[in-house]
Amino acid sequence: MGPLVPEIIGNELNFVAALFIGIAFGFILEQAGFSTSKKLVGLFYGYDFTVLRVFFTAGVTAMIGVVALNHFGLIDISLVYVNPTFLWSALVGGLIMGIGFVVGGYCPGTSVCAAAIGKIDAMIFIAGSFIGVLIFAEGYPLFEGLYKAANWGSVKIFDVMGVSQSLFAFLLIAFAVGAFWAVTLIENKVNGKPNPELNAKPLYAGLTAIAMVIGLSAFIMPDRKESIIKKSSDSEIAASRKVEFITSDELAFRLMDNDKDLQIFDLRDQKSFDAMPLPRSIRVTKESLFEKDANKLLLLKNTRNVFIADDEQTAAKGALIAEQLGFKGLLVLKGGLNQFKKDMFEVPKSIEGQDRQEIDTHRFRTQASIALPLLIKEFKQKQAGSGVKKAKNRVLGGC
Amino acid sequence: MNETKYMNPYLAGFFLGLILLATIFITGRGLGASGAVKSAVVAAVETVAPAHTNNTKFYTEYTEEHPGNPLKNWLVFEVIGVVIGAFVSGLISNRLKFTMEKSPKIMNGTRIAGAAIGGLLFGFGAQLGRGCTSGAALSGMAVLSFGGIITMLAIFGGAYAFAYFFRKLWI
Repeated sequence: MGPLVPEIIGNELNFVAALFIGIAFGFILEQAGFSTSKKLVGLFYGYDFTVLRVFFTAGVTAMIGVVALNHFGLIDISLVYVNPTFLWSALVGGLIMGIGFVVGGYCPGTSVCAAAIGKIDAMIFIAGSFIGVLIFAEGYPLFEGLYKAANWGSVKIFDVMGVSQSLFAFLLIAFAVGAFWAVTLIENKVNGKPNPELNAKPLYAGLTAIAMVIGLSAFIMPDRKESIIKKSSDSEIAASRKVEFITSDELAFRLMDNDKDLQIFDLRDQKSFDAMPLPRSIRVTKESLFEKDANKLLLLKNTRNVFIADDEQTAAKGALIAEQLGFKGLLVLKGGLNQFKKDMFEVPKSIEGQDRQEIDTHRFRTQASIALPLLIKEFKQKQAGSGVKKAKNRVLGGC
Repeated sequence: MNETKYMNPYLAGFFLGLILLATIFITGRGLGASGAVKSAVVAAVETVAPAHTNNTKFYTEYTEEHPGNPLKNWLVFEVIGVVIGAFVSGLISNRLKFTMEKSPKIMNGTRIAGAAIGGLLFGFGAQLGRGCTSGAALSGMAVLSFGGIITMLAIFGGAYAFAYFFRKLWI
């Protein structure tokens, strides 16, 4: 389902969404007290940790939400923008921002918020940030080396640390709760009195508990994607499902006939696929069957969705995954591509049998052995022309 | 009439998290702020010195990544929304007032200089670090991006490391 942009919500409507999201964002920031620099820098001097509380609660809430949406298959996480890691520019840039924070008293988002309610210092901060961006832009050749150094790509933190996502999420939550407790102690000590506003109201505590239970259920219940993939590999379950087959002859016929309803899902690796891609096929993996590109094709009605791989078992696994995802019209290539290649490309010159059907088959295969390589070649060229690796419809992110 | 109290920070954080989650669900990307400043700067330079933007690497790279009018950008619309949202919030909580906020121990000029230099550093740092507290730190944490989280640690680490030297500005 998600992300809704660009398929469900168009790019123009997305700007309207941006405006409304901004309104909600600005409203909450202001209500939380992010429109006053004194409150913002309070955490660096120990007298007011509002920023830390809001920031960590928000981060943890959104993080649990993203994990849960992904877990229940409501969002295609491969399409969500993950800030890329450029190690040195992140550290140096962050450090400079940190100094800017204690000197200026705001960060860009909060300065906009404060300026909106009339803080003159915030307006000056914004003017300053324009100049900062301008300096970076004009001096870009000087900073480019640092800016682009140590590109690690869009890596996730738990992968870098070598732990599971659930464990990291748990550690982050534990850290946040520990921090909330510790900063309250520091705050009370610095201010010399307890903060009366922080007494947990039963309503809030209840809401938090409900949200936590919903969110954390994602970590306890087995992952839908993982369990489906696991099921598809289980030979007993695989045997109990009725898999429909398509013979290599029928597939060859439909290819030569240019059957518009035919869609082929190729589970081979990229190299074998590139060497001999069948027309009307896309390459998929077990994982990518859960993603948008494959789902869009599988959702089309009245199509013949043929799963192929070198061997029949692998192809059947792909079909089994698609079946559990609720798709219809699934077929598995009987004998896999190995059989297909043997049938179509190793046709004997003549056959001895007198059986009418055998003779017909032989005649057809002889034709196919000439026609198919041409079709494959044509398809290969077409793909190369369109720049084979279709860029994913991923939105541009970045601040 | 007195100004209303601020919202409970945990409740505000919870709402903020839901807004961020909705943003990710709808658009596939997180929130941001400094990106809008960048768009505005590119737009301004394009208007003032179009020849300059055509032969300077930063602007050509930007145009490559974001074709079209730089102001027709998601974050620009979002930040316009932030202005409206914050204004409405200030209005209903009785906090709309032209004022310079500073420690009573420092002069207006000191605060102005601090805000300008702080803004400059933050604007520069956000370009280098590919995002600010919203775009890199908060949104990065939501998607568990390594880059986003180390940027966050660097921002807060840097602020704590230098807080002592600028304490006179605040306490």
